[in-house]
Amino acid sequence: MEIFSFLAEHIEMVYIVILSIFVGVELIEKVPAVLHTPLMSGANAIHGVVIVGAIIVMLHIDVNNTLGMILGFLAVILGTLNVVGGFVVTDRMLEMFGKKKKK
Amino acid sequence: MNTLLILSYLIGSVTFVVGLKMLSHPDTARKGNLVAAFGMLVSILATIFLYGHHGEDYSTKLIWIFGGIAVGTIAGWITAKRVEMTKMPELVCLFNGMGGACAALIGLMEYGANLGNTMSLATIVAGMIIGSISFSGSIVAFLKLNGTMNKPIRLPYYNIINSIVMLGLAAMSVWVVMTGQPESMAYALFGVAVIYGLLFVFPIGGADMPVVISLLNSFTGLAAAFGGFLYDNQVMLTGGILVGSAGTILTLAMCKAMNRPLSNVIFGAFGGGASGPAQDIEGSIKDISIYDTAVLCNYANKVTIVPGYGLAVAQAQHIIHELEKTLEANGVEVKYAIHPVAGRMPGHMNVLLAESNVAYEKLVEMDDINPEFPNTDVVIVVGANDVVNPAAKNDPASPIFGMPILDVEQAKHIIVNKRSMNAGYAGIDNHLFYNPKTSMLFGDAKDVLTKLVAELKAM
Repeated sequence: MEIFSFLAEHIEMVYIVILSIFVGVELIEKVPAVLHTPLMSGANAIHGVVIVGAIIVMLHIDVNNTLGMILGFLAVILGTLNVVGGFVVTDRMLEMFGKKKKK
Repeated sequence: MNTLLILSYLIGSVTFVVGLKMLSHPDTARKGNLVAAFGMLVSILATIFLYGHHGEDYSTKLIWIFGGIAVGTIAGWITAKRVEMTKMPELVCLFNGMGGACAALIGLMEYGANLGNTMSLATIVAGMIIGSISFSGSIVAFLKLNGTMNKPIRLPYYNIINSIVMLGLAAMSVWVVMTGQPESMAYALFGVAVIYGLLFVFPIGGADMPVVISLLNSFTGLAAAFGGFLYDNQVMLTGGILVGSAGTILTLAMCKAMNRPLSNVIFGAFGGGASGPAQDIEGSIKDISIYDTAVLCNYANKVTIVPGYGLAVAQAQHIIHELEKTLEANGVEVKYAIHPVAGRMPGHMNVLLAESNVAYEKLVEMDDINPEFPNTDVVIVVGANDVVNPAAKNDPASPIFGMPILDVEQAKHIIVNKRSMNAGYAGIDNHLFYNPKTSMLFGDAKDVLTKLVAELKAM
């Protein structure tokens, strides 16, 4: 079966997936409801890591492939929006929490 | 792969885990966000400069890549900085959609290059489809949150239609991957997935959008993880899977706060699908003037404020803090009762009140404040409705039956500030307004509260 040989070839990745699932579950389970929104927003910024994929595509695509270059350029913009917007919004939310701490 | 690149990805992965961990504690949350952002920066720069495979036109590509990053950074930064705190949920939703679209585009571009390799195609198609659903679903969720699309759209038999489209999409993907269809079929799949995303969110009511956003958030995480598989890229894989699993848990936690199973949110229509006739409402509505409210509050020992999203819409979070300070100056004990889903997202109300400098200790969570209501003289409900609706406790026919609520009925006096008698976000009637202890203070929250503060100061 192709799928088994694929998994065997990528066994390290499979381990990463399984362990990451547990880490994700473990990290979130004891979060107070107050932090749900910032946490969702922070997680939202982290999946912006998909921009790494967009950059990789851009790096190995042929420059003369105009459609590809345009799509890649768009993907980089969208990914950056996700990353930068995500982290900045989260920071703004958490800034509010910090302010009242000082009082 | 370059050693330095591997090291950078390791740094990225570790910062994501540490960042998420720190984000889940109030004291370290802000630093946690910065830690994750730093890891992201390292991963992105490392990919640009160390990845290799860049052929002869590296410099041209660099210009395009940095151009894209510059555009995205400026646009993202400005939007995120300028948006009002009340619009936060919409924005998170929009950024999530961008990530989904990014994943979908990667899939479209990679498809042609990987024809002939079934497993790669499967990974690409899976990432592309999930990304597309997340993208179009987020756009609908965004429109619903900002009010452009404020009614749930339900085609007849929408559950059946959606299931058919979903099965069709799955069958089509398997066929495309197994038979290695030409690139045009990838675009077709993309189109169908976008349509499915729309159909998926259309029937879900606005009140459930936080759950939907959280779910779509984990979808995008999953799409990023598929990208990680495709490129053997550890940082995409860890980041994506972390968000995927954390997002799923968060989604379930939100459902729990509303006491509704996830399947009910997705397949059960909120506010409309209720079975049985609604209970008849007896009694009448009693008005109260601003002056009388001021007198009532001024001579009370204990006042509890129940803020809802209406408060945020009216931009009244600053004036409510003013009201609290004025009352405290007159010797009244004031607290805020925060329902877990007050606002548009769990914790949203805390963020809004924190913005107007309300002290953290004054925000009391539902389970802690509920036993205190019998000793409370006056409860002021501002712009909240469903979270104080007694139907959740005693009307099994109500769509919100079973949702934990704030027991404001136990208090001696209840004053409800509302703009009009319109139903709440869930679109259902509220018996609380007809309670003999309840007085209605109609008007715009900001307007009414400003006048109330002025009256109190004059006393």
